[in-house]
Amino acid sequence: MSTADAPALSGSLPAAPVAARNPARAWLRLFGAELRLVFGRRRNLLLLGVTVVFPVVIGIALRVAAPHPQGGNGPGVAFFNQLAGNGVFLTFIALSTLLILVLPVVVAVVAGDSVAGEAGYGTLRYLLAVPAGRTRLLAVKFAAIMVFGLAATVIVAAVSLAAGAALFPVGPVTLLSGTTVPLADGLLRVLFVTLYVAAGMAALGAIGLAISTLTEHAIGAIAAIAILVVTSEVADQVPQLAAIGPYLPTHWWLSFDSILRTPVDTSTLLKGLLSFGVYAVLFGSFAWARFTSADVTS
Amino acid sequence: MTAISSTGLTKRFRGGQLAVDHIDLAVPDGAVYGFLGPNGSGKTTTIRLLLGLAFPTSGQAELLGVPVPGGVNRVLHRVGSLVEGPAFYPFLSGRDNLARYDAADRTADPRTMPDRIGQALERVGLLSAARKRYRHYSLGMKQRLAIAASLLRPRDLIILDEPTNGLDPQGTREVRALVRQIAADGTTVFVSSHLLAEVEQVCTHVGVMRTGRLVFQGPLAELRRTGAARVVVQTADADGAVKVFATLGLTDTQAGPDEASALLGGAEPERVCAELVHAGIGVRCFWVAAPSLEDLFVGLTGEGFDVDG
Repeated sequence: MSTADAPALSGSLPAAPVAARNPARAWLRLFGAELRLVFGRRRNLLLLGVTVVFPVVIGIALRVAAPHPQGGNGPGVAFFNQLAGNGVFLTFIALSTLLILVLPVVVAVVAGDSVAGEAGYGTLRYLLAVPAGRTRLLAVKFAAIMVFGLAATVIVAAVSLAAGAALFPVGPVTLLSGTTVPLADGLLRVLFVTLYVAAGMAALGAIGLAISTLTEHAIGAIAAIAILVVTSEVADQVPQLAAIGPYLPTHWWLSFDSILRTPVDTSTLLKGLLSFGVYAVLFGSFAWARFTSADVTS
Repeated sequence: MTAISSTGLTKRFRGGQLAVDHIDLAVPDGAVYGFLGPNGSGKTTTIRLLLGLAFPTSGQAELLGVPVPGGVNRVLHRVGSLVEGPAFYPFLSGRDNLARYDAADRTADPRTMPDRIGQALERVGLLSAARKRYRHYSLGMKQRLAIAASLLRPRDLIILDEPTNGLDPQGTREVRALVRQIAADGTTVFVSSHLLAEVEQVCTHVGVMRTGRLVFQGPLAELRRTGAARVVVQTADADGAVKVFATLGLTDTQAGPDEASALLGGAEPERVCAELVHAGIGVRCFWVAAPSLEDLFVGLTGEGFDVDG
């Protein structure tokens, strides 16, 4: 090995074909790796497994208890009254039940772990030294959280639908407004409800991502997100705080019942989606500002 | 052309502690640069600044001619690094861990990934443990996997922060051989250590850190030259010898039980010896001692037990 060889060698091993690679493909590759990491983790699969169990258990319980019309109001009660006549309603019952805590916690685990977990393992410094790019890494993390939230919501909806069909009669769907629509129309509404709930979970994911950039302790971030959700839900129930209610992050989650009316209550839905969008942009920006400017000390 | 350069690079932590204090690094292309200093002298913080993990309070730095931290995304794919110990996902195998990092590299070709991972693992002798979960790796294996990660692509510069931490003497030798091999390929190597002996055998250049400041930088040979030679005499009359040294104008005299020494300075050792004999000091043994690198290193960093108090 002579020194004369060295330049020729480093020249024959070009380390800089940056422009040659398609940036979109590179994004997809990192996104794919992120999804494999999130969906390949036993803990996360277990969480998805839990979301499968709930709709089945709720369905069996309601079948055994043979629900009969009850008093009171609110979407939950209305769904219960409809279930006996149509298994499709198990989807709405399961979603509104799981939205109280289970789905938010599932999203909180993945969102809280996203950055803080990497910092805790120390893998964050190596990802940035690769270099993954801070903005790019954060965007991919957020996308993966959204996909996980969507997956959890879709699983709840799909399993509820299957369990509902197995346990209860299925046919034309009588909506909350009293109108009866064909089953196909009802299923389309199930799809929209699922997407609406997933949008709410995406907004929560942005909040979780922002919290996750503040710490190296994933468990702390996860707990903080869960506490935030519960606090928001409690505050939303306090009549004295009714004025701030619509601005709480959890306030519009259950508004998907607007889809189950004719005509669809679009103004409520749009307010909900606007709330989700504002929260996503606000906390997404905060996460970005923090993540692209903070020293990585882990 | 310098592989790493900095001017006035400074990092003050939020608590006010000055971790890196106006350092001017100059690592020549193709060098094996030993970045020395005791624990806590600012070596790792400097490396974090170079890699864009931390942002400097003031000063500039360049890696391979690209300013950092501004240009990290343009240059770091040409730089392999090991920072503050290995870090991987415990629930993934060694191979999957490397694949994860490779996927984050937007300039890496996914088609060649399996080959590149295989070669990197082979180079550090981990091929047989490639499918084992990282959780079950020994400390030495973890360290090797981290080195493998820095070798996933052909690099122009490799930054290794304490690469032999946690390794047994065998592993330390292997790492040293690996560093030689990497350097022979024309790659610049920047290796930090708190042990001089560890890098002395492979380095062409050294930089010595002390409490955040770069107290020496240059070729290893130059560091050796900075060491001032001492005359040492073995005698029963050490105090008498010291008196003779003093009359000759030698400084920093020291007297032990059976030995006296002084800085040689510009004096001729032959004349010193003759004067000793002339003064009736019984000379058993007389020699000129060049300080060991270890002594120079300790002198620069001020660590350890200082006999002068």
